[in-house]
Amino acid sequence: MRKFLVFVGLLLLLTTAGLFAQTTGAAQKPYIDFGNTAWLIVATAFVLLMTIPGLAFFYGGLVRRKNVLSVLMQCIIITAVVSLQWFMFGYSLAFGSSSGALAPFIGGFKWAFMNGIGINDPSPYFISQSAARVPHLVFALFQCMFAVITPALIAGAFAERLKFSAFLLITILWSTLVYDPIAHWVWSADGWLAHLGALDFAGGTVVHMNSGIAALVAALVLGKRRHYKGHATPPHNIPFVVLGAALLWFGWFGFNAGSGVAADGLAGSAFLTTHVATSAAVVMWVIMDWIFNGKPTVLGAATGAVAGLVAITPASGFVTLGGAIVTGLVVSIVCWWMVSVVKKKFGYDDALDAFGVHGVGGAWGALATGLFAAPVIQSAGVGVFYGNAKQILFQFADIGATLVWSFVVTWIIFKVVDLLVGLKPSEAEEEIGLDLTDHNEKAYTVID
Amino acid sequence: MKYVIAIIQPQRLHEVQDELYKADVNLITVSEVLGHGRQKGTTEVYRGYKEAQNLLRKIKIEIAVNDNFVEATIKAIQKGAKSGQTGDGKIFVLNLEDCVRIRTEERGAVAIG
Repeated sequence: MRKFLVFVGLLLLLTTAGLFAQTTGAAQKPYIDFGNTAWLIVATAFVLLMTIPGLAFFYGGLVRRKNVLSVLMQCIIITAVVSLQWFMFGYSLAFGSSSGALAPFIGGFKWAFMNGIGINDPSPYFISQSAARVPHLVFALFQCMFAVITPALIAGAFAERLKFSAFLLITILWSTLVYDPIAHWVWSADGWLAHLGALDFAGGTVVHMNSGIAALVAALVLGKRRHYKGHATPPHNIPFVVLGAALLWFGWFGFNAGSGVAADGLAGSAFLTTHVATSAAVVMWVIMDWIFNGKPTVLGAATGAVAGLVAITPASGFVTLGGAIVTGLVVSIVCWWMVSVVKKKFGYDDALDAFGVHGVGGAWGALATGLFAAPVIQSAGVGVFYGNAKQILFQFADIGATLVWSFVVTWIIFKVVDLLVGLKPSEAEEEIGLDLTDHNEKAYTVID
Repeated sequence: MKYVIAIIQPQRLHEVQDELYKADVNLITVSEVLGHGRQKGTTEVYRGYKEAQNLLRKIKIEIAVNDNFVEATIKAIQKGAKSGQTGDGKIFVLNLEDCVRIRTEERGAVAIG
């Protein structure tokens, strides 16, 4: 009996000695923290909710009745196809490392099919918690949802007038050639924009500006919808739009508050800034509608909410409450003007304002990050108004690089796919509606 | 007095309206209907079950006009609705017995306005 007790005592000592070594060491060995992991798993599901049903119904309600199913289909298919692409090689390209001259620009295939990543491996990526990590696979899953929603946002520009076969090819090519590189530049350990010092907490440039520019390219390449000639196409189901916007707001808490990869004070701060900026954006958009259009509209309130969410995305983990409010107020002014004045003046058919809201809103958000980043939130994030005038230059570099790469490569992709399968449905098909011509389905029955 | 009923393709409604306003015909009733002429229907698929749908969405326009406006109305509708393909639609002209303006209780050609 005594020998047994000594043995147990030694065992306990050995195991707890390991613990003591961890807490007294200067650089803690990373381990998997259950609280952070639980939150990130939930946040991952939140971000999935943003694409489907959130974005699906937000866009679905904005198009005409005869095209609603094509929008829903695009969102479901993007979720499925990009998720597979991500775990096959997308994650490795975006967040992996390669060697040689290309390392700052693109990862390699080291982690293709999650090769070499065990289920209990802690994530190499962290923000505020250097030791308390989440499993690497959970981090990859979280990022997968970002990779999914980014191409789905572009659908706002080509809605109602892109063939399904073309859309499929474009999605796969765009994720691989545009999203994965830009994500690598801004978020990976080797990324050149990250090394430069550009700040983007949850994807203002990687997700929103990127897809917004691609949306502009799509609108320019595809041309106007036929029968658009100066007539507005009213949304066929504004309740859907509000439902979608509300689900986006809900899910965005995972998008922003989850980007700290931890369930800590920074997550709470990102949650706060997200909520407040969005609220400010809603109020400002409604005010602008009231002043310039005579009445406050529910469509304006919903659009304002989305604009606010977009703008606060890069800033959410860097700005204070005050910075968040200003970010939200300004984005509504800028995007309202883009959508109501500039688009009409230039005449491009950005059907659902993907460029006007996501592209421009994301660019403003990146600038706001550079202006308002407060060291009291993250010591590494110091903006212009806290004495670091250079930060705005790094933000401009981020915006500029994203703009150029996204514009040029998206253009090339669209042209190549046009040669391969053709982009546009025929005039008759566009008139009948993509639901019937691409999917043989009708969303709403008229009788029974 | 005549009653003009036109069945047109839904996507031509804007054009037809523009043409009617240009011809100084400013009164109109529009409803959504299902139907077909000689054009083919569509096929819909629900979880593998194929269903032929031959009732297509159309727009019905109804306008009461005085005799001197009938030709202008017909021409305006035709100009706006014609696309050259089967399924463009038809225009019917019926005799109208009487017309009453509810607010002023006027009757006949005056009431059509």
